[in-house]
Amino acid sequence: MNHFLIAPVVLPALVAPFIIMVVRHHLDLIRIFSLASTVALVAISMVLAAQAADGTVQVYELGNWPAPFGIVLVLDRLAALMVLLTSVLALVVNLYVIGTGWDERGANFHALFQFQLMGIIGAFLTGAAFNLFVFFEVLLIASYGLMIHAGGTRRFQAGVQYVVYNLLGSTLFLFALGTLYSVTGTLNMADLAVRVAEIPAEDTALLRVGAVMLLLVFAIKAAVIPLHFWLPASYANAPLPVAALFAIMTKVGAYAILRMYTMVFGPDLAITEGLAGAWLMPAALATLALGAIGILGSYRIGRLVAFGAITSMGTLLTAIAMFTPESVAAALYYTLHSTLAAAFMFLVVDQISERQGIEITAQRPMPQSGLIAALFFAGAIAMAGMPPLSGFLGKLLVMDAARDHDLVWWIWAVILVSSLITILGMARAGSLLFWKSHGVTAAASGQEQPEPYEEEANEQDESPPQRVAALPIVACFALLSGLILLTVFAGPASRYAEATATQLFTPQIYIDAVLGRGTQ
Amino acid sequence: MEILSVEFLVASAVGLLTAAGIYLILRRRTFPVILGLSLLTYGVNIFLFATGRLRVDAPPILDKYAKVAYTDPLPQALVLTAIVISFGMTAVVVMIALAAYLSSKDDRIDMPHHPEDEGEDA
Repeated sequence: MNHFLIAPVVLPALVAPFIIMVVRHHLDLIRIFSLASTVALVAISMVLAAQAADGTVQVYELGNWPAPFGIVLVLDRLAALMVLLTSVLALVVNLYVIGTGWDERGANFHALFQFQLMGIIGAFLTGAAFNLFVFFEVLLIASYGLMIHAGGTRRFQAGVQYVVYNLLGSTLFLFALGTLYSVTGTLNMADLAVRVAEIPAEDTALLRVGAVMLLLVFAIKAAVIPLHFWLPASYANAPLPVAALFAIMTKVGAYAILRMYTMVFGPDLAITEGLAGAWLMPAALATLALGAIGILGSYRIGRLVAFGAITSMGTLLTAIAMFTPESVAAALYYTLHSTLAAAFMFLVVDQISERQGIEITAQRPMPQSGLIAALFFAGAIAMAGMPPLSGFLGKLLVMDAARDHDLVWWIWAVILVSSLITILGMARAGSLLFWKSHGVTAAASGQEQPEPYEEEANEQDESPPQRVAALPIVACFALLSGLILLTVFAGPASRYAEATATQLFTPQIYIDAVLGRGTQ
Repeated sequence: MEILSVEFLVASAVGLLTAAGIYLILRRRTFPVILGLSLLTYGVNIFLFATGRLRVDAPPILDKYAKVAYTDPLPQALVLTAIVISFGMTAVVVMIALAAYLSSKDDRIDMPHHPEDEGEDA
């Protein structure tokens, strides 16, 4: 048994209480430990990804209890990919937060951050359905704390909505798991897959109810229409760097859909055949359309990017809902892209809101206007899926995979039109923020005129200017270079995605590895 | 006495708690919503308990030397986990709702659009 497999869960789980209990009052030490832990996570997940790359499925039995009875962690290509994505994103966000001093504005940011990572990574690695619920709760309870970090009336109000919505989701998750358990008598995913396939078709009414409830739960997490209502308000009112980390949270929902509905309720399973796809596809297309319209209608930059995240979830789930190896490969490539792109956009938008507030209005030109405008431009291109960056390739792959689908014209039309609307919305916001601002005269802005420069001057007096100013921009550029790398190495990346999809559509390997049958 | 069987009592308890919970969750103020969430979690806990089948007077331990009836212990472990988690979550939501109430002097769950608190970005 490879004990390395549990390291990405244990490490943040140990670092977080250490930060709270031992170094609580030393901000520098907190930052050092949090950053060191995140760097170590990146290293660990790289090793895990290398181990999973050859297609073997590794199983870690907690407490050495054999599979259907104990809890297992399972590492396959998909899990390794998602863990790597999470830890890379976390490193960048961590650097950004340290650079901007967001972590000083409230208590216990880094501890919550580590717990959040523990929950997300655990959810990707676990091979037991109830354990998935537990890791969901871990990541949610940490996200509640992060969401209301630094406080503020509107943030608390949005926080209440976010928590209530997700508690409802958790309750539904328990109902779904209970239903599945009452029919199959197991909660291990691999064992579920075996038992579900064996149950005679006439006894499966409850099972189908459970399958649909589970789909609803994951759809809440993935912010699919009509269950997306929690996302815009909570992402837009959360601290924006936290929203950048949350870009991976919606992907947890997409991951869970992918895992459960390729393995347990697979596309070939007679009792639920086409069920997930038939419901998910229209919902995903509607999500995509609504996200684009939301981008066009946003009057605050946080909401703009939040709707951008909804758009990307729409595209992603459109690809997943086809449930073919090609479409899933496209979905995986698009997952990598959209996570990085949404996080990048949230960081850029945070830079804007630090300089001139959250409204999309023409104000006096902000400091470093050119640089920020260039970053916003790059982010808008990535989010809309325009040529030079990887979003274009991702959307192309999704549309190519839709070629044989019944709804091909719908899919193509919705993706293309919503891309156009996204471009319009982004262009509108960008030109208001960066171009119109040059037309606003000093007289129009009245007494507020010297304020932004004064503030910046103060900041520069208090602390070493290079570090404070540079690190957030470095973090933005790190994400941007991630997107560029994803574009340049699109070949290897999509080959890995294809291999992952192939592995997902031959679930027997996973099942045999977990249940200890066959070659191991 | 068919009407007062354990199954009937448990099923109607789950149904009543869920119905009351959903009704309260749809209210406009945070206090009834949190009460509704609590009722809903009670409902789901009883539901989880019943997923191992209802069996009266049976120990949750398997004795492999004696052929005794036993009740499934796993749902009880699941319920325990669910209780702990929902308890913690309720505490969190109470604290956040309290913070929202104290800072806005209003415990409505929807976000009223006050133009004056626009500058809240911290």
